Amino acid sequence: MSLTHQKPPHSSEPEQADALSPAAKRLSTAASTSTGLILAKIAMIGIVDATAIFALFTAIGREAWAIAAVVAVITAAINVVYFKRGWLPAKYLLPGTIFLLIFQVFVIGYTGYIAFTNYGSGHNSDKDDAVMALLQSNQSRVPDSPGLPVTVLDDGGELSLLVERDGVQMAGTTEQPLEPITADELAGYTQLSFADLLGRQQEVTSLAVPMSDDPAQGSLRTSDGRTAYQYTSNLVYDEAAGTMTDSTTSVVYSDTGVGAFTAPDGTQLMPGWSINVGFDNFAKAFTDSSIRTALGSVTAWTFAFALLSVATTFFLGLFLALVFNDLRMKGRKIYRVISILPYAFPAFLGGLVWAGMLNKDFGFVNQVLFGGAPIPWLTDPWLAKFSVLWVNLWLGFPYMFLVCTGALQSIPDELAEAAKIDGAKPFQVFRLIKLPLLLVSVAPLLISSFAFNFNNFNVIYMLTEGGPRLEGAGLNVGSTDILISMVYKVAFVGSQRDYGLASAFSIIIFVLVSVIAVISFKQTKALEELN
Amino acid sequence: MMVNKRSLLLGGAVTAIAALSLTACGGSNSSTPQPSETAAQSSPAAAEAGSLTVWVDANREPVLKDAAADFQAKSGVKVDLVIKDFSKIQEDFLKQVPTGKGPDITIGAHDWLGNLVNNGVVQPVELGDKSADFQDVAMDAMSYEGNTYGVPYATENLALLRNKDLADKAPATFDEMIAEGEKAGTEFPFLVQVSELGDPFHAYPFQTSFDAPVFGTDENGAYDASDLQIGNEGGLEFAQWLADQGEAGTLKTSVDADIAKEKFISGDSPFLLTGPWNVEAAEDAKIDLAIDPIPSAGGDEAQPFVAVQGFFVSSKTENLLAATEFLTNYIGTAEVQTKLYEVGNRPPANKEAFEAAKSDETIAAFGAVGEDGVPMPNIPEMAAVWEFWGVAEAEIISGKAEPAKRWKQMTADIEKSISK
Repeated sequence: MSLTHQKPPHSSEPEQADALSPAAKRLSTAASTSTGLILAKIAMIGIVDATAIFALFTAIGREAWAIAAVVAVITAAINVVYFKRGWLPAKYLLPGTIFLLIFQVFVIGYTGYIAFTNYGSGHNSDKDDAVMALLQSNQSRVPDSPGLPVTVLDDGGELSLLVERDGVQMAGTTEQPLEPITADELAGYTQLSFADLLGRQQEVTSLAVPMSDDPAQGSLRTSDGRTAYQYTSNLVYDEAAGTMTDSTTSVVYSDTGVGAFTAPDGTQLMPGWSINVGFDNFAKAFTDSSIRTALGSVTAWTFAFALLSVATTFFLGLFLALVFNDLRMKGRKIYRVISILPYAFPAFLGGLVWAGMLNKDFGFVNQVLFGGAPIPWLTDPWLAKFSVLWVNLWLGFPYMFLVCTGALQSIPDELAEAAKIDGAKPFQVFRLIKLPLLLVSVAPLLISSFAFNFNNFNVIYMLTEGGPRLEGAGLNVGSTDILISMVYKVAFVGSQRDYGLASAFSIIIFVLVSVIAVISFKQTKALEELN
Repeated sequence: MMVNKRSLLLGGAVTAIAALSLTACGGSNSSTPQPSETAAQSSPAAAEAGSLTVWVDANREPVLKDAAADFQAKSGVKVDLVIKDFSKIQEDFLKQVPTGKGPDITIGAHDWLGNLVNNGVVQPVELGDKSADFQDVAMDAMSYEGNTYGVPYATENLALLRNKDLADKAPATFDEMIAEGEKAGTEFPFLVQVSELGDPFHAYPFQTSFDAPVFGTDENGAYDASDLQIGNEGGLEFAQWLADQGEAGTLKTSVDADIAKEKFISGDSPFLLTGPWNVEAAEDAKIDLAIDPIPSAGGDEAQPFVAVQGFFVSSKTENLLAATEFLTNYIGTAEVQTKLYEVGNRPPANKEAFEAAKSDETIAAFGAVGEDGVPMPNIPEMAAVWEFWGVAEAEIISGKAEPAKRWKQMTADIEKSISK
């Protein structure tokens, strides 16, 4: 259908050949001369547009205006860019830009948004939902009241419940309390079959027929259309005032701006709802005493872990690369293949296997290598830190080895030879010639490796789960926890899931990593100027 | 609200695409048609019966498929079973229900309940007289603050597995068991998983035998979060006992779930404290198995936690009537519960199905131990307990911390976390 929409503006497109570069000219003439390609293009754009219009209607139907607007803008951009003559760079850039927006910018933006809310346990939806859930869960069945067989009747649109009480047929609606009904009156109603009930189930289940004029007696409700029970409501919602009143204790809970109905004495009704809390989460990260101590030590260890991981893997990788690059070395290819093996091993699996091997009583390392000595590799705070670094070295050196091998092989041999003729010793050749040249190409990778290890969740979580627990932290944080695993614990483990706080931490990590990356990249520019 | 969306859509329904999106939208919303609206009435009657979306784990799906097909044949309501990883269900349910995209019904464990209620994602289910069809412990487990929130289908608890070739009688006390185990001359006198982070679930029967439950209970038998009992005299005795066992080597933090299971299967211990999930592996290994009550360590009765699995109804379901019908008249019946038991090998929550399942010795034995058990607390405060409990036990067992001091610190940490 949408194809017909799209054809008119396009069908008038003639050959184009103005101010384009020769290559682009060739491309564009090839594209415009071949009808097949044009048709293919129209078909592709047609599919995109059809999908977009479908998404648009769905979004509008659900009143998701922001999504609808974004879809509309993106679709318009796609149509303009691909049907417009010229604009070749845009044609290449657009898909990438769209994916960047969706998968990077949106995620960062959304995390930033969550960081300013109290989204988490007890605050995971909006106020309407909270009101609904509170009213739902505070309906209680009158103790020892019997289940009454009921019939749901339809009076030309409005539903009523028919029950028999003490031998008398009674009927009522939500507005009209139960009252006796005669057989004649009954004839005016139609009885709903089970299929009818299913078709109107929301109406049926929201029916609450008062037992009498006295609201304290509660009302009849049915959740299956056949049996009704007498319920009283413990909470009454005053929509005008926006308050919840406990009908048994008459305590009034009002919305005091903390994201939950709060009584004068501070007790809150759960669930609450998600609200904007400004910088509270960031403030909490730095002022809450239990978090602050943990945050301090975790940050320090994160830096140590990331730096040491990069340093150890780089030096081992470089050393092996130098050794295996030496022509005098026999069987280099086999050694190279073996060295790369850990790289082919998924990191989380490596972590799990190593966790088993480092088990104090049953692990391979203690049993075989240390003759059964009970060395607490994963449970002593310092040994655990060492183990994490060791396993990460095992996982990470092949990458550095690969990178260094590549870089070394691209350095011309003549330079080393020239240095040798000038009287340089092998180590001097390495330190003064090879290393600086190597660093030019490897330094950016070292920086990205640092950023990667800064957030290297797999190794930490699979090996130690962050443990052993920090003493007296009062928080579920261990001595090998790095920032990202701490964030995970705040958000997904433990008593109070706090997505807001976790997002705030994520933002802090993001800022830290970006600052370090920017500074380091500036430094590597200096390296490049050496050449 | 619904009327607005519909009229908006109808207004836009001039193209085929719009019509397409209308049906798709109507299908996924499966909302109540408004009788006053002619457009809505023209939709076919079959669609009006709607559909139910149910989250299940992969193990339970085949059985529910039959129940679902049966239900559809009788009521016309289509049941869509969505297979989810059991460990992800709670998290996903909490996140998706508020968006309106969650399921109508989900499978779950009863100890999630407090958290689910506090987040407003489940609603009470009135079982009426049918509540008498279920075991009391299962009904207690599915209740929170006086309301019943789900239909239970199976219970699960620990018991003592005994290798009959290595030990010929059920031990009455923990010490007797250790003596028996040492007599057997195997590598371990007794096995239970502890792990470096502790496993309080598996240690709890011993803890209760020192009369140190986690929480006290109110007059209705519901757990009272303000009455933390874990740090009482019995708790301190239990901590000391843990330290003693750690020193004696009967409890080891290096023994995790896999090691405990493997060592028992390979005949390296006459006893293993575990749940029904390890029975099959032991039977496959041709171990002559007996299932015994858990021996007491502190003199009182050793009560394991009983975990109850069941089905919860979303607070935002638009198909409450169909959901209630499906749960009470299909899932809750002895017939379906018997089938669920055949797949899951757990004692059914339905009394009639449980009686029928008792012909299976394993089920009868686990069920008998479970009858003396206590439901795992379903109040959200329990999460604070889990957070500090295991680590403290592990540190005491491994001798890293002084038992009484560490136990008191743990109690203080829990209290602080609960009051937060």
